Amino acid sequence: MAITTSSTTMRNSPLQKRGPFVAKVEKIAGQKLLACYQCGKCSAGCPMAAYMDVLPNQIIRLAQLGMQEQLMASGAIWTCVSCMTCNSRCPKGIRIAEIIEALRGMAIGLRRRDDHLDIRDISLETRGVLPPIALISAMRKQTS
Amino acid sequence: MAGESKPMKLMYYPGCTLKNHARNFDVSTVSSMAELDVEVEEMARWNCCGTVHALASDDIMHRVAPVTNLLRVKEANASEFMTSCAMCYNTLKRANIDVRKRASALESINKFMYLDKIKYEGDVDVLHLLEYLRDRVGFDKLAAKVKKPLAGLRVACYYGCLLVRPKEVAFDDAENPTVMENLVVALGGTPVPFAQKTECCGAYHTVGNPEIIADRTDKIMGSAHEEQADLVVVSCPLCAFNLDFRQADAKRLNPEFHHLPVLYFTQLMALAFGCDESALRFDLHHIDPLPVLAARGLMGSA
Repeated sequence: MAITTSSTTMRNSPLQKRGPFVAKVEKIAGQKLLACYQCGKCSAGCPMAAYMDVLPNQIIRLAQLGMQEQLMASGAIWTCVSCMTCNSRCPKGIRIAEIIEALRGMAIGLRRRDDHLDIRDISLETRGVLPPIALISAMRKQTS
Repeated sequence: MAGESKPMKLMYYPGCTLKNHARNFDVSTVSSMAELDVEVEEMARWNCCGTVHALASDDIMHRVAPVTNLLRVKEANASEFMTSCAMCYNTLKRANIDVRKRASALESINKFMYLDKIKYEGDVDVLHLLEYLRDRVGFDKLAAKVKKPLAGLRVACYYGCLLVRPKEVAFDDAENPTVMENLVVALGGTPVPFAQKTECCGAYHTVGNPEIIADRTDKIMGSAHEEQADLVVVSCPLCAFNLDFRQADAKRLNPEFHHLPVLYFTQLMALAFGCDESALRFDLHHIDPLPVLAARGLMGSA
């Protein structure tokens, strides 16, 4: 395959770099990235889409193309709260939330940056107001 | 239900928040079930469920907390238990489904819990209180226990995410569930159409990004207000906190925002069954439900 010539996406992520990343995301998430044909239904129904820099279908596209750096730097992987609306509506049965969780895990695991949430940033007063269910779920999802 | 005279026993997992900020959910669950001749028995040595299901296939560690609870139920010689918290239900049930499907994950977890004498073998069922009410008690029997019908009370039923998604844990339609509406009808109230009933409230963003919750609260509660709801009922203490506590932020965001009280469905039951006011704990609410309920003649004006 002449993958090094004309395609811009291929130029961004050469196959040797893209391969292990795609394989890792697919393994952790237990999903097939190439099953996605970009219908956009996940983004259309996403209640968090309005607060995302990259939309859910775009996250899948970037993952298909092995664009690891862009994904690790995106805010959207942290904006997703695993509400599962995308999963329940995807016509291909892809579990998008699982893919985004895999990316979050990789971002924390890779130590490319610190935990997304630092409890020291939350005032003592606010911490006193928040119920355990909020604090535990936030820490579980956004810290290593 | 077998035996009208003898109370049924039902093992109960309250979860952390029902013993803290959502004590109103806990006491109203226990009190209203007693009116239905179901003796709710809090299970021994329960621990936090972990609140969220670990979605990564290699994350076995985070399934230990929910599975430990399932083992505690088995230790008590029970084959099923109930929780009224939507988040606990979702986490416990998904962990259960996962270990039933994946023998290797279950084996790892059992090895980790080597101090326990018995092993978990996927042999405990997780029930949500709403499905218990619908399928075991029955809304007809429930309606017969109503002493104070919620006549004229317009209720918007908010399901959020965790009762209806993913489909393997859902006990109702994912896009248009109706179990809570049917409960409200059985209690004599009037459920209103509610477009936002399964739209996420923003969940744990209330910790780090409360502005997202303010916006979600504005949209969700605004939709209920458009349908002229008197109040919104929920089954999740995180939804309850967000939709109730964050109304002040929603008002700052949108000056047109109209405050509405947020109640647990068990509080509506306790109210309709004529339970003592101590079973309602309206003192824990940010938006006081008393004025709305008094206007419908359901509470004393004091």
